Formats: sequence, structure tokens, C-alpha cells
Amino acid sequence: MIDISIEDRTLIELICDGLPLAARPYQVLGSRIGMAETEVIERLRNLIDGGVIRRFGVVVQHRRLGYTANGMSVWNVPDARVREVGEQMGQFEYVTLCYQRPRHAPSWPYNLFAMVHGAAKDKVLEQVKTIAETLELTHVERDVLFSRRQFKQCGARYGCKGKVDNEPCKTA
Amino acid sequence: MDDTDKSLLNDFQRNFPLVARPYAEIGARLSMSEDEVIEAYANLAEQKYISRIGAVIAPNQVGASTLAAMRVPEDRLAEVAEFVTSFSQVNHNYEREHDINLWFVVAADDVLEVGEVLSRIEAETDLEVLNLPIIEDYHLDLGFKLEWA
Repeated sequence: MIDISIEDRTLIELICDGLPLAARPYQVLGSRIGMAETEVIERLRNLIDGGVIRRFGVVVQHRRLGYTANGMSVWNVPDARVREVGEQMGQFEYVTLCYQRPRHAPSWPYNLFAMVHGAAKDKVLEQVKTIAETLELTHVERDVLFSRRQFKQCGARYGCKGKVDNEPCKTA
Repeated sequence: MDDTDKSLLNDFQRNFPLVARPYAEIGARLSMSEDEVIEAYANLAEQKYISRIGAVIAPNQVGASTLAAMRVPEDRLAEVAEFVTSFSQVNHNYEREHDINLWFVVAADDVLEVGEVLSRIEAETDLEVLNLPIIEDYHLDLGFKLEWA
């Protein structure tokens, strides 16, 4: 974990609610925490360059835009190949998350997770098949887990504890 | 949705202008006024096509988090899910189609607090919790390319 200053943390918390829709949004943000507009911009640029902020821009709602199916594809990739495969898998445009995670033998043999979005279930499965064929993983053990019931969804945002797209967590 | 809306959605998912008047800069690129850009984004937000304009923070840069999973007998699923959901540190909790059927994300100030939540869930439910923290992140997050039929 990178050491992040109090000022940067405050700014990150603040920006979790989104950039104000005002002519000078960085000035509006700064005025809430007594920070000059130029300093807000400068700090955001450094957080982006330093990799703390991975992406800064419009966050779209996949579901509302018709991408209603999401499948968590999981793969048992030999350890020696997992980084190479992961880096390639993370580049498919319909993959929105791609992580190596630990196996838990024998019940959970998979070590690579890639979230695949699509307009429908069969589209997601087709895309997973394409990934397998493109990366020569057809002989690798894999599965796709679709979500069924949603019990809680807070628009999980790292570093945005308790801030929830301006709405409370949805619970079933 | 017109072409302008599509550009506003697709083209500014990253590298959002870090200048004093970002909406004016976007307007200049799309031949719109600053006010028109602001109004268009307000409409897209109103219609819930966007959740916000903002920062996506890299995982585990601020605080700690993990993905956890449990194999819950069908007749206990509702009760166990409700218990898991009751923790403020749990921000996602889904049933997935698999015999390991309950999947949730725990995010807290540090790894210790994450561990405490998982331990309490195991102790209270008497079920194993698989702890699946990120070992390595391979996705660069360049935004999501939207396609319109």
C-alpha cells in the first residue's frame, strides 16, 4: 500500500460522490475542504500518475445500458503461466475485472478470475469461449458463475467507505 | 440517445480533463457549449446511464478488501446471507450459481479488520469461509467500450 497523505485521502473521499456538474467543478470541490482549485487539480493529477486513482472519468451503469448479464469466469491456470495469461485476459474489452486469487484445494481449484459483461447469458458464455480459444486455454479447467440473487450492493468503491453513489446500500 | 450522448458516455471514461473548466473543454471537442455539456451529463445521470463522473481507486491502495465465498446449504441461505449483509464492511453480497453459492466483498480499514469480519462469520454460521484476496491485478481499466446496435 502506498503512503497517502491526509490531504489526498480527504480529496479521494470527496471525489467519491462524483465531480460536481458546475462550470468550475474542481473549485467547488476545493471550497468544501479549503483547498485551492489549482491544488485540487495538481493532487488529482499526481494520484492518477502514481496509480492510486486508476481511472478518472465517466463511470457508466452497465446494466442500464443493456449489459445485464455478468458472469464471473474462473480458471485453473498453471502458476507458471498465470501472469502472462492474466495480462492478456485483462485486455479483452468485455472483461471488466481480472485478478489472480488463491486456490483453496480441493473445493476451489481456480486461481484466475475475470468478470465478463454481456447483453445476455449466452453472449457472456460465447465471449468466455472466445477468450479460451484465443489464449489457448481450452484444456484448462474453467467455470462461469452467474449471479442469482443480490443480497447487498453498495456500488463497491475502494477507498469510498460508506459513500454510495448518493444512495444507501441496496439490500434484499 | 443521440450521437452526442454516446460520445459523452464513451469518450470521457478516462483522461477526463484536469483543467479549470473541463466541461468547456469537452464542449470544444464536441462542438457544444459548456452549458450544453453540463446539462447533457445531468440528464444522463438523471436517467441513470452514468453513476457519476469520478475516480476509480485501485484496489487495496486505500484500506483493505477481499472476496469471500461460502458453501451454504440451500435451506440456510437466506438466513446466512442476511447475517453477512448485516456487517457494514460487506459492500457486495450475491448468490451465484455454483455449489459455493454465497459471494461477498469485505472492505475495511486494514487487513486485521477484514480478518475479524471473516472469523466472526465463520464462528457464527459454523460454515467455512474461503478468503480470496487479490494476489495480482491484471486489468488496466481503460473504461468500458459501449456498442450500440
